[in-house]
Amino acid sequence: MAPLDRANVDTDAIIPKQFLKSIKRSGFGQNLFDEWRYLDHGEPGMDAARRKPNPDFILNLARYQGAQILLARSNFGCGSSREHAPWALQDYGFQVVIAPSFADIFFNNCFKIGLLPIVLDVADVDQLFTEVEATAGYRLLVDLQDQSVTTPSGKSFSFDIDPFRKHTLLNGLDEIGLTLQHMDKIKAFEEKHRAAQPWLFT
Amino acid sequence: MHTLYDKLWQSHVVHEESNKPDGMTLLYIDRHLVHEVTSPQAFEGLKLAGRKPWRLDSILAVADHNVPTTRRDYGISDPISRLQVETLDQNCEELGITEFRMNDLRQGIVHVIGPEQGATLPGMTVVCGDSHTSTHGAFACLAFGIGTSEVEHVLATQCLLLKKAKTMRVAIEGHLGHGITAKDIALALIGEIGTAGGTGYAIEFAGSAIRELSMEARMTLCNMAIEAGARAGMVGVDDTTVDYLRGRPFAPKGDLWDKAVVYWRTLKSDEGASFDKTISLDAAQIKPQITWGTSPEMVAAIDGKVPDPSQITDIVKRHDMERALKYMGLAPNTPISEIRPDKIFIGSCTNARIEDLRIAAKVVKGRHIASNIKLAMVVPGSGLVKHQAEQEGLDKIFREAGFEWREPGCSMCLAMNDDRLESGERCASTSNRNFEGRQGPGGRTHLVSPGMAAAAAVAGHFVDVREIY
Ligand code: SF4
Repeated sequence: MAPLDRANVDTDAIIPKQFLKSIKRSGFGQNLFDEWRYLDHGEPGMDAARRKPNPDFILNLARYQGAQILLARSNFGCGSSREHAPWALQDYGFQVVIAPSFADIFFNNCFKIGLLPIVLDVADVDQLFTEVEATAGYRLLVDLQDQSVTTPSGKSFSFDIDPFRKHTLLNGLDEIGLTLQHMDKIKAFEEKHRAAQPWLFT
Repeated sequence: MHTLYDKLWQSHVVHEESNKPDGMTLLYIDRHLVHEVTSPQAFEGLKLAGRKPWRLDSILAVADHNVPTTRRDYGISDPISRLQVETLDQNCEELGITEFRMNDLRQGIVHVIGPEQGATLPGMTVVCGDSHTSTHGAFACLAFGIGTSEVEHVLATQCLLLKKAKTMRVAIEGHLGHGITAKDIALALIGEIGTAGGTGYAIEFAGSAIRELSMEARMTLCNMAIEAGARAGMVGVDDTTVDYLRGRPFAPKGDLWDKAVVYWRTLKSDEGASFDKTISLDAAQIKPQITWGTSPEMVAAIDGKVPDPSQITDIVKRHDMERALKYMGLAPNTPISEIRPDKIFIGSCTNARIEDLRIAAKVVKGRHIASNIKLAMVVPGSGLVKHQAEQEGLDKIFREAGFEWREPGCSMCLAMNDDRLESGERCASTSNRNFEGRQGPGGRTHLVSPGMAAAAAVAGHFVDVREIY
């Protein structure tokens, strides 16, 4: 787990806008937190191996390499609706983000791509920050089925998740496919809606 | 008794995944606005799955984020930006989606052109792969930003899976002072409740001061709801709403118009409807607002000072403030009026409508930008706004005052095209986000109203617009 100790981390910081020009869905991981992570200014198409990493940025520390959980502060993911932000986190290797609170659109976008955002109490998040910073190689166990997060010392925190979201995540279901199973209902609604507000359908 | 939000929600429910009030609901979407940045992967996903858009006439597309604001006839010089815009053009052409292309007079920022065309109508659910979709709530719509997976979901199914939000009523009572605008209300509110204050809520703006606002001003306010953390902001229908929409190209005509207006007039919260949270601000107390930090909640009034982190007890907050002041190059306790911008940006989906340009023009008329201002630019929200402003001679006023008069687009609101701040440059900006690097790497943004940006341009430092006006 890697700790990112600042509040209100916005999606511009998670993935700066110049990388949004891509028409692809992948490859954003190397530009995750680009302005904090590198000393030089990043532009699309640059070879990450030739860039100057910022030795002070938390994700560049040797002890956090390979982290799959990001620990963050409140209102994580505020700002724009860009799904490029969860794409970048996932492409980098994160599977879970833990914070006391998330911005609505970001939170929602995470589920759509199978990145799990977990909300824990501020005090619990504080405790995790203290522990992860004190212990190199700190590992958390996240159990989605059980809705729990367990520390190395065996302390466990439970988290909430909507049952439908949990079901789609656990089974890797395609939400569009699921919605299309309701095609008849959508069509019936549409007819009723058209009759009531015909001006919406011109 | 129902709130406006409840009415909008209820009238679009297709299916409920569970019978619990906080379960996921399949909601029907009436209007889908599309721009070039958040759509290519959605169109690709649609194609790969062998699906087609459910309802073409619900979609309106425009390129705004990447387009140049100078010489359009030269095209887009950055090949990556160009490819993104061309990809939108291609997708729209292939699928038969209505798109206003770069050289169409109707092109502009997606949140300016929807209402301008009458493509945003009361009672609609409106979505776009863009967080400032909340703007459209000014028309009593349920309007909110979505991610790219959801763009694909709406394209394929005309629906979205959503969880109902809580409701917040923000009541602004009394009258706004002379020179005070919706932007000041928005910033004052965010200063009060914080950028996460509205998280999980849909905000309805109400009260006598809101009734007195024009549609342009209501759009500015709803636009900034997302900066308060609320995915949607909205205002109930009244005469101002109906008058604005009459005769717009996509608005209904004849009998349909009459029928629509009868329905639209029901789109407001019932007297006595209950909200999960209520906030009240006294309009008369609101002063011109300026952000001093790197989040819209880091805001002060023009007669205020940059705050002093050493006075803050909460450690996380103090750290954030120190980091923000360092980034902004500001010392604690500096009077706000001593801050000197290098550049002025009047534009964005928050403040680039005709009324905004009129206010700014009134301030700069017969004056000139100060010698320390390296660049002052006006970027109208759409081709039609630009045209209208030119009819009124506003372009001339701006040019004579030393401003550049540009082509419509997002421009330096997010600096995806060539318009940007250099590192360390300070900007008085009428946009909505002052995040680190938002207007260019290392750039420093101060969010203000159009009048305040114009006043700073001529004074060379921030100044109370009420003294000039
Ligand atoms: S003007 Fe700015 S905030 Fe508005 S849509 Fe464009 S980039 Fe987004």
